[in-house]
Amino acid sequence: MNWTAIAAIYRFEMARFFRTLLQSFLSPVLSTSLYFVVFGAAIGSRIDEVEGVSYGAFIVPGLIMLSVMTQATSNASFGIYFPKFIGTIYELFSAPVNFLEIVLGYVGAAATKALFIGVVILATAAVFVDIQIAHPVAMVVFLLLTCVSFALLGFIIGVWAKNFEQLQLVPLLIVTPLVFLGGSFYSISMLPSIWQKITLFNPVVYLISGFRWSFFGTADVPVGLSLLAIGGFTLFCLGVIWWIFKTGWRIRS
Amino acid sequence: MAAILSIKDLQKTYDGGFQALKGVTLDIEEGEILALLGPNGAGKTTLISTVCGITTPSAGSVSVGGHDIIDDFRAARRLIGLVPQEINLEPFETVWNSVTFSRGLFGKPRNDALIETILRKLSLWDKRKSQIKELSGGMKRRVLIAKALSHDPRVLFLDEPTAGVDVELRKDMWDVVADLKRDGVTIILTTHYIEEAEAIADRVGVITNGEILLVQEKNQLMRQLGQKQLEVQLTDPLQEVPEVLQRHGVELSKDGRALIYSYDTNAERTGITALLNDVAAAGLTLADVQTRESSLEDIFVGLVSGEAA
Repeated sequence: MNWTAIAAIYRFEMARFFRTLLQSFLSPVLSTSLYFVVFGAAIGSRIDEVEGVSYGAFIVPGLIMLSVMTQATSNASFGIYFPKFIGTIYELFSAPVNFLEIVLGYVGAAATKALFIGVVILATAAVFVDIQIAHPVAMVVFLLLTCVSFALLGFIIGVWAKNFEQLQLVPLLIVTPLVFLGGSFYSISMLPSIWQKITLFNPVVYLISGFRWSFFGTADVPVGLSLLAIGGFTLFCLGVIWWIFKTGWRIRS
Repeated sequence: MAAILSIKDLQKTYDGGFQALKGVTLDIEEGEILALLGPNGAGKTTLISTVCGITTPSAGSVSVGGHDIIDDFRAARRLIGLVPQEINLEPFETVWNSVTFSRGLFGKPRNDALIETILRKLSLWDKRKSQIKELSGGMKRRVLIAKALSHDPRVLFLDEPTAGVDVELRKDMWDVVADLKRDGVTIILTTHYIEEAEAIADRVGVITNGEILLVQEKNQLMRQLGQKQLEVQLTDPLQEVPEVLQRHGVELSKDGRALIYSYDTNAERTGITALLNDVAAAGLTLADVQTRESSLEDIFVGLVSGEAA
């Protein structure tokens, strides 16, 4: 393995993040604060506790997941798409690196950025509500796996996209709706029974449920199933990336 | 001298069916400068891209320093530096970070002293903290060269390095190339500026329609294919070539004041003596006589158009 190259790609990508640190930091703080003002104070005051947890605290895991999934996806997709767009990708292909090393560099950096934003949101939320983490190790595992798996998804999107429109298509039309409808702001037990069944087809439900379990010890679906879902999703993305690597699809003529 | 780059029957057919390389075979010796000339679409960039790993070959093999570019791609690519034709750079990154990134990508440990030497050599040291987007086109091209040199390559590909660059910068680049040659770096250069090939190349390769037409030592090529022209300037203009001179194949200049005679420098007899005797016999008075040698450009145009083949 060319670890020096992986570190070089990682540092180069992180430099882009640090160049815009203020936006990277302020944006999640501001949006989290707005969610708490709207959902916590305005609407949350009219909602009783959900599964024994105050509504303000209940939405914290969903809020973190919402930002982590979208940020990991968009950072990784932009990370690999931008060199394609400006033509600097030639350097990656002519360097003594294999595709796995390229993936590790870009996905590692995108996952790190998403993790940073997740931690910032958690810290911001702690200002508004009292947060207890029942299973901290499980919480870290869920958070890390989500960062990595959605960064892998973003990498695939970045390789697939031929223009900026396509780059935005999957995060905007698939990831964000699935996250919003995946129980970020509600428990699926609050839905009519038919919707409870339909919503189980949404893979994000399992991720948010498992992450919420790590905070409060209660979940919409068994936590084992959640772990299987996130593990399966990570393996699926790795499989697609392995296929891209073997075939050179959309990357090498 | 040993071949550091060996290309055997290299073929590339793109998905659309276009065959960009039709079995290129070429050996490049260590330490030489090879200029690859060819019209647009001849396959120059495809050849470079395939050797460097950007494009996958359809058939054939390439080895760099004895390492196959597919089976032993890491060792092969470590020896290669590439300066692409297009100015492809991350606009928001600084010169220093951009160049050190390239070194890291090739698996080389940090070496600030070497990067400083390269940047100073390319007159980029004062710009090391500038963002790429703040640089002029010529400066950006220097950054591309600095990036390609950052991992100390033994073989350097320069794909049209001086396209759109002013004369002064072009001369600077020739100096850089000369320095690299002194350090033993093998250089493969594609260019549209034939004067560039003439000025710096040891050998010249001509590629057209995905095939190598010839590869030859530059001076030998000029000797072999080069023609000389003898221009006999007359004091009084002529309407047509006198009959006595027609057997020499002499042409008359547009203004009728000069007779132009082309001859082969390698021929046993150039025919100049007989021509001048007949000029005297025709009663023409000479104002001046001069000779002119074919430039590489003349040879190239002749080769590609099939005239000199």
